[in-house]
Amino acid sequence: MTRVFADLHLRINPNDQQTAQRLLNRAARFNYHFVSIPFVYKVQQDQINSLKSMCTQAGLDAVLRADFRPRTPDDLTHFLRKFRRRFEIICVVCESKEVARQAAKDRRVDLLNFPSLDYHKRFFDRAEAELASNSLAALEVDIKSLLVLEGPPRIRLLANLRREVAIAREFHVPLILSSGITEEHLMRKPRDLASLAYLFGLNEAEALDAVSSKPVAIITRNREKLSNRFVAPGITILKEGKTA
Amino acid sequence: MKRIKRRYLALQLECEEPPSEREFMDALWAAATKLYGEVGSSMAGLSLINFNVERKIFVVRSSLISLPSVRASLATITRVAEKEAAVHVLAISGTLKALYTAIN
Repeated sequence: MTRVFADLHLRINPNDQQTAQRLLNRAARFNYHFVSIPFVYKVQQDQINSLKSMCTQAGLDAVLRADFRPRTPDDLTHFLRKFRRRFEIICVVCESKEVARQAAKDRRVDLLNFPSLDYHKRFFDRAEAELASNSLAALEVDIKSLLVLEGPPRIRLLANLRREVAIAREFHVPLILSSGITEEHLMRKPRDLASLAYLFGLNEAEALDAVSSKPVAIITRNREKLSNRFVAPGITILKEGKTA
Repeated sequence: MKRIKRRYLALQLECEEPPSEREFMDALWAAATKLYGEVGSSMAGLSLINFNVERKIFVVRSSLISLPSVRASLATITRVAEKEAAVHVLAISGTLKALYTAIN
């Protein structure tokens, strides 16, 4: 079966249309089907529309994603209440342990992301994984840092990722591999992206799932939930009858 | 002695100016050495078989056991001859004949 590939973290500046177009064309050439461009929640609707049309022109399926860095758990709850239904993917960048725990518990959060450079802020431990396994949150790993860093920082990052992957595997938390790139020359083909996961202990099948079936499952699930026909998990409106 | 199984990789280089054969192999060795050290890289058995400057396609050979590590180190290459570059794997095969059929 042919795999459908997704990159859920293309960090495109919506104001720089030329670079955005070049990156999207390259993603299409590299055989990605879904791409997700993170928006800040204050984004204008016309910016979203223009990026969506650029994706359609390039032959890609654009997925709306919002990235949020809450300072407190209350901040996160407030954000989710307000923006969950506007975006297809919600990613929380966890910069404190309280926020990380709240994000892992909340079923409205899709992706948990941790700062790559500051290893003190990588809060994905066994407690976090247990909470995430009971909700629907997946752990997102950005590959960009592995390409950009060298020497001790990369060694430290790889050691952390290896530990986190082992924990995620133990608690059945889905793992998503994303590029997290801003520059064109750092974009890799999906299979090359997956091959980098070998460095932190994923086997070939797991790594390919992390760039294909796992992200696609999140997109499908959320699109179904956001559609007008969704009532509850497993219940959808097939046909509306006439009122008497 | 058991025969060492090998794999041939066709690589597409993306950069503005094509580098020389030596510059490309230096970048490849540097990436492998940074990740696995000198002992680890020596086990990969990397060697350049052929290169097409016009199409920027390089064919390299590696041992089958080290294929995942070689693929990972290829993906980490971001510069060749001090210029921004990226290396993409076009095809992998056990024989050169099948590899050339796949890329042509």
